[in-house]
Amino acid sequence: MVKKTIHEINGRIRDGSVNVVTAEEMVDIVGELGAEGAAKEVDVVTTGTFGAMCSSGVWLNFGHSEPPIRINKLWLNDVEAYSGVAAVDAYIGATQASRSKGLEYGGAHVIEDLIRGRSIDVHGTSPGTDCYPRKVIDTTINIYDLNQAIMLNPRNAYQKYNAATNSTNHTLNTYMGTLLPNHGNVTYSGAGVLSPMHNDPNYETIGTGTRIFLGGAQGYIVGEGTQHSPAAGFGTLMLKGDLKEMSSEYIRAASFEGYGTSLYVGMGIPIPVLNEDIAKATAITDDDIVTNLLDYGIPSSNRPAIRSVTYGELRSGSIDVNGKEVTTSSLSSFKKSRQIANELKDWIKGGEFFVSMPVERLPRDTACNSMKLSRVNPLVGDIMTSDVSIIRAEASFNDAAKTIMDRQFSHLPVVDKDNSLVGIVTAWDISKAVAKAEYDLVKDIMTKDVVTTSPDEAIDIAAFKLDSNSVSALPVIDAKKQVVGIITSDDISKLLARRQ
Amino acid sequence: MKIKIIIESAIVTKPILAEAILETGVLLNISQAHYDTTHGEVVADIPSEQFGHIRDSLVEKGAEVVVLDTPISRDEEECVECGACVSVCPVGVFSLADDWSLEVDPDKCIQCGTCLTMCPHNALVLGQ
Repeated sequence: MVKKTIHEINGRIRDGSVNVVTAEEMVDIVGELGAEGAAKEVDVVTTGTFGAMCSSGVWLNFGHSEPPIRINKLWLNDVEAYSGVAAVDAYIGATQASRSKGLEYGGAHVIEDLIRGRSIDVHGTSPGTDCYPRKVIDTTINIYDLNQAIMLNPRNAYQKYNAATNSTNHTLNTYMGTLLPNHGNVTYSGAGVLSPMHNDPNYETIGTGTRIFLGGAQGYIVGEGTQHSPAAGFGTLMLKGDLKEMSSEYIRAASFEGYGTSLYVGMGIPIPVLNEDIAKATAITDDDIVTNLLDYGIPSSNRPAIRSVTYGELRSGSIDVNGKEVTTSSLSSFKKSRQIANELKDWIKGGEFFVSMPVERLPRDTACNSMKLSRVNPLVGDIMTSDVSIIRAEASFNDAAKTIMDRQFSHLPVVDKDNSLVGIVTAWDISKAVAKAEYDLVKDIMTKDVVTTSPDEAIDIAAFKLDSNSVSALPVIDAKKQVVGIITSDDISKLLARRQ
Repeated sequence: MKIKIIIESAIVTKPILAEAILETGVLLNISQAHYDTTHGEVVADIPSEQFGHIRDSLVEKGAEVVVLDTPISRDEEECVECGACVSVCPVGVFSLADDWSLEVDPDKCIQCGTCLTMCPHNALVLGQ
């Protein structure tokens, strides 16, 4: 039985005899020597990951102005930072969007600009008090002008993450990137074999106080991250580090089309090999790490899993989705992850970085719950009009016009002989057809690409669909595409009016 | 080889592409076409040896012809080599090498622009 202490390993780091390998290299070492042999041979295993970590941000302290201000609202390059803490402290979060540049520039870009030493415009306002009389501040600063710039990321280093695909017939722009229609592609994130938390799944050496690589500098684990969910294999970490020492090589702003900004964070954790159980854990491979492929076409926080998939399969370049070979894209960079694991290895070998034991272990059995909703969320089925007129695709548009007149309803779902929805026709379509005098049948003038909803969909989703597709009504269909109702923007307006 | 054919608004209604194809017999394969109020732009593949032939025919009919040497280019400073672009490209321009570096084969590019939207780091640009 091999047993080593942190003290012994740090002694070897000090005298230069330490043996450090990356988690990728450790796989073969354990394969060759077995866990016991590897534990004798290797002192530290380094991990690394470089990917989008939205839950990131930086605490800034500007120092007091003359005359002094207690900043109440603050913008950095027109991106709002939270300043409801004392007078001149603020937290700039990665996903906050610029007021003027929208989704292209956000808190993440402010953070990268700070690291690059660029100037940042500061605009702050305050109601003014006897002790802080100033009401407005406008100045330009860079990172060297700040007393502190402390990166504090509430949730980083997800142990693993779900892979994403899209079953709908239209492109989705998500934080998992562009998801092409009809399962056109699969995206995923995570470093697999190099994933920090997967190499110490029992969190024996990863915990509060553990010294780590963060953004090219030494950083620390504060403790469990928000949404830490170890029971389900989705552990997370809260991390801190000094932004002033970080490098834009490892901290990069990103912008996802239609979603907004995020921060690519490079971090790595050294795992001291204290015994053979730890050695064995660090031999984990891509094929051992299983995650779920989720359908982002379902607009719910409870997206169904299409299949389970290993990182080995995801990283092979394509996977099978319902019998079709689909190309995969990684959103995190494996090359950079490897670079981080190697750089951390060099730091330790060079005697610049010492390993540490946590002062407190992370929770290992907690779960992450959904938001408690104290108000009942109405569903489409609760407010839709069930008594909806429909029309056959083969009917004449005169019939459609009559139905619309009789029922005083401006949208008419169109069905085929099996009563399945095939289109929608509006009073406007009919006017157009009359004006052009080219067609006779409903099927020639209807809109075929219909946006639909279902009775059990939340009203908020129906409202989002109406808005994002610029339509004023959605046919409500069941699983067999039979029309069971219709919901209009009027129905939703009335619901909101009743709520007030 | 890939070319861009620029057609001014005054002549967009004339079937000059069809005329040039019939006249020269060159197998011109259109991959992108964009028209707005000022002009039209068509990106197409042609056999390299017939470039002079089709160019002359198109120019004679009033179009401008530009050779697209690098239909897509990558800002190596901005790119973090994640590979997000790999799965959205319809023609396989991007791939990850054995050492997980991103490889780009610009010759295959049809300038659809999907990868520009996908790239989280704004590292890709359509160019000439």
